[in-house]
Amino acid sequence: MSTEQTTRQEWMAALALAPEARLQEAWNRLEAQPQYKVVRGPETGLVMVRGRTGNSGERFNLGEMTVTRCTVNVDEGIMGHAFIGGLSHEHARLAAVFDALLQLPERGEGLRRTLISPLQQERQAYLASRRDEVRPSRVDFFTLVRGEE
Amino acid sequence: MYVAVKGGEKAIAAAHRMLARERRGDESVPELSLEQIREQLSLSVDRVMSEGSLYDPHLAALAVKQARGDLMEAIFLLRAYRTTLPRFGYALPVDTSRMHIRRRISATFKDVPGGQILGPTFDYTHRLLDWDLSGHRSAEKDADALVSGEMDGAVEATQEAMPRVLDVLGREGIIESETSGPDSEPGDLTREPLTLPAGRSMRLQNLARADEGFLLAMGYSTQRGFGNSHPFVGEIRMGEVEVEFTPEELGFPVTIGEITLTECETVNQFIGSGDARFTRGYGLTFGQGERKAMSMALVDRSLRAGELGEEVRGPAQDGEFVLYHSDNVEASGFVQHLKLPHYVDFQSELALVRGLRRDSTDKEESHER
Repeated sequence: MSTEQTTRQEWMAALALAPEARLQEAWNRLEAQPQYKVVRGPETGLVMVRGRTGNSGERFNLGEMTVTRCTVNVDEGIMGHAFIGGLSHEHARLAAVFDALLQLPERGEGLRRTLISPLQQERQAYLASRRDEVRPSRVDFFTLVRGEE
Repeated sequence: MYVAVKGGEKAIAAAHRMLARERRGDESVPELSLEQIREQLSLSVDRVMSEGSLYDPHLAALAVKQARGDLMEAIFLLRAYRTTLPRFGYALPVDTSRMHIRRRISATFKDVPGGQILGPTFDYTHRLLDWDLSGHRSAEKDADALVSGEMDGAVEATQEAMPRVLDVLGREGIIESETSGPDSEPGDLTREPLTLPAGRSMRLQNLARADEGFLLAMGYSTQRGFGNSHPFVGEIRMGEVEVEFTPEELGFPVTIGEITLTECETVNQFIGSGDARFTRGYGLTFGQGERKAMSMALVDRSLRAGELGEEVRGPAQDGEFVLYHSDNVEASGFVQHLKLPHYVDFQSELALVRGLRRDSTDKEESHER
């Protein structure tokens, strides 16, 4: 897998996992809001979620989830895609626009610094606070010897 | 057989208006928002997503509201809605080892790597009605409850992959291994009808969307002797996993979101003697659904009776019985269709019974003569 692809995967994940309000805010903050054309969607459909028996065995279909997708074309001719769990057209549209902008040499670097990296940090902070909430319910059971040994 | 009837439009419209009024209830009581249902009746929402076989907490909350809290009706609404949406494709299998754990317990080992994490559970509650919840509970009290647990700094609550309990047995080779051979495309019940005998992937999809009450009763029956499979709960884990999907136009997998799952792995009756090893049952469900995941694992294991050379003695081991009766949308439809007009059917039965009685009276009369 090329580095370029890994970074795109990373930013697409950050955009998908971010709260919609954060993307809205980032869009409003943009100094130069670019022209873009919506090529497809936003439209909601289904993706079948899969599991594996015992997590490592045979694959099976667990059930579907809603996903909203959108494709945009920014005026420089770059296509941005988004596939976001849930029903929000706005989230998918904004994520697709940012996906396109992040591919532009003149904008990508800046957006990675001002948007993607903060989103990743916020996600890590959110996960850490969730772990803090869970930690106190960790228990050490002690057993009483039953006498057979 | 039932027949089509015409008329009654006005009565039907009036019935629907009544339904809407009953749904709303007393208008001096504030109306429920979907956010309230999603946040405060989250286990209802989870059950509707699981059996509706569609992960979307917002839609499930809407379905619960529309169905007046009748979860089976809500499940039906979700199943009906999904048929209106296009299918974008199949996700990559979720990796529950990388779950952001909120609950994780084992009944087979006291000390498990990663520790026992109780999480938000009804276990250890006294099942006494809590009158604090009947009024407006202060947020302060909730916060107190949160910090009363001991902080345990010794073991870091899992940022990395949480080790799997059954892997401990796996390393010793004393449990059957769970590997994927030539990874054939699993069957999909939303695309093809169930055929028997069904492979394990088809069975698991059926069980994942099956009625919880039905699965619970089936699992319970195996414990009571109708096909004993000697289960131990190796591990239950609940938390969030990220879902990845490979869109055709991109050609590489992208994260599309995060979903809550509950997983149960059981350690069951061993097979062989010199090379004796335990067998496995597997349960996986949308949302927080421990009872369902456990029941699913019990039934998954009991449905493997044939493949493991066990005698089929109980209903839970009978694939045809379990898989054809597990779906509550189908079951509810077939039971409730009895409400539809069966006027012609009944008229013919009525004529038959009347005829039989008349014949027998005629015979008796001719005897007496």
